[in-house]
This record gives sequence, C-alpha cells and structure tokens, in this order.
Amino acid sequence: MGEYLNFHYDVDGENFVSAGQASVELKKTLRRLGLPPETIRRLSIAMYEGEINMVIHAGGGEADVDIYEDKIVIVLKDHGPGIADIALAMQEGYSTATEGVRSLGFGAGMGLPNMKRYTDEMQIDSTVGEGTTVTMTVYLS
Amino acid sequence: MTVKELSDSFGFSVLTMPEPEREVRGGYAGDLLSWVMGRAEADQVWITIMSNVNTLAVASLSDVSAVLLAEGVTLEPALIETAEQKGINVLRSGDSAFRLAALLGPAV
Repeated sequence: MGEYLNFHYDVDGENFVSAGQASVELKKTLRRLGLPPETIRRLSIAMYEGEINMVIHAGGGEADVDIYEDKIVIVLKDHGPGIADIALAMQEGYSTATEGVRSLGFGAGMGLPNMKRYTDEMQIDSTVGEGTTVTMTVYLS
Repeated sequence: MTVKELSDSFGFSVLTMPEPEREVRGGYAGDLLSWVMGRAEADQVWITIMSNVNTLAVASLSDVSAVLLAEGVTLEPALIETAEQKGINVLRSGDSAFRLAALLGPAV
C-alpha cells in the first residue's frame, strides 16, 4: 500500500509557549482528511506529548507524519541527551522535568505513557548522548 | 446540556464562548496537563486552576466542550482571544474545583 502524504514539522526547543503548533497543524490536516474524531484526538494528543517532551528534554527536534491508506505513522526525532532507562521512563508518574516545567502543568510523568496509550504501536530508540527517536503507529480501520 | 445552558444554569462568568451549542457529557477535574490528556474524554467540561497557553492547547487537543476555571482564576486577555479563535469555550467561577465537581456532577 503506497504512501500518499507526508508532513514534516520542526519543533522549536526554545519556545515552550509555542509548543503544540505542530500538533494543532496535524489536527487540522487530519480533520480535512475526514478521519474519525476519536482517531484525530488520539493522534493529536500523542503528537503533542511528543512535542512537549522534545521541548522539555531535548532542545527541540523534528516530527514526520506519514499518512497511508491503512495507518498513520509519526516519527519524532531529537538530538537530546537520550533516555538511559526506557522502562523507567515509561512508568506513569516518573519524570525528570524541572520545577519550572512542572509549574506550567507538565512533568507529571505521563507523557510517554500517554503516547503509548493513544497509539497502537510505539517504539523508542534512544542512545544516551546522541538522542531519541520515537515511532508511533495508529491503524485506520 | 449545552455549554450555554450549563453556564446559564450555574451562573458562571463567560470569558469566551465561541461554541455555545456544544454538548457537555460529563466532566473531569485536574491540573496536571498530561494527566488530563490521558484521562479526560471528548465533550467533557474540564475543571482546572491551570490557566496558561498550554491549558488552551490541551483543551483543544483533548476536545473538551469547555474549560471551567475554578477558584476565581482567570485568563490573560491575549489568551481569551486565542481561545476564541480556536473555538474553545472558557468559563470561570469563584468556587473550588471540589465544589464545582459536586455541583455539576448530577447535571452533566
């Protein structure tokens, strides 16, 4: 089944306030494509959590969204510090976010768990000191 | 019940109501944004004291029918404009989140 749409987003690591722009753009795009509201919601939240993670932990990064006939694949790539213990990072409530980030309402340790919750498949490839790539897939039934 | 009916019934202040006819189906209370994104459901009214720009992003992405700011918390004028542009209903009350949840629980 051939790929028919790709969207690329740069996530600005310096601007916490504008974090979410890529997710909002994606949401608009998915609406235009006429996807079911719950699918749009799942993908938009997963994307937003990924964006926030890149801003909080990695100084930004990039996101690629590939839209196929039967699935949507989001690849988030950063060159941040990497994740030393992925199993620990996946635990709800575990966070290394700073107090400043927490005061904005983030840092609850729910980012990665939410990304997993709202997608059908999630793969984390991370090397300490080099960066992290998160690949999320949602199947369209 | 629509957002407008909810607001009128309980006498909430309206900071912006671009979509008054949206249906409210249940509610969620919480201030940790990722927790809200993980637990709140579409069309719920979201009770919170968190009122920054990220609150609006979470409201939009989670597809809640309205944000209800508790404890007299308000939004900066620029953010009220943002909410209006994004079609996010934002209401406000002087009551606590606990009190608001108790009030709205039977109604929605």
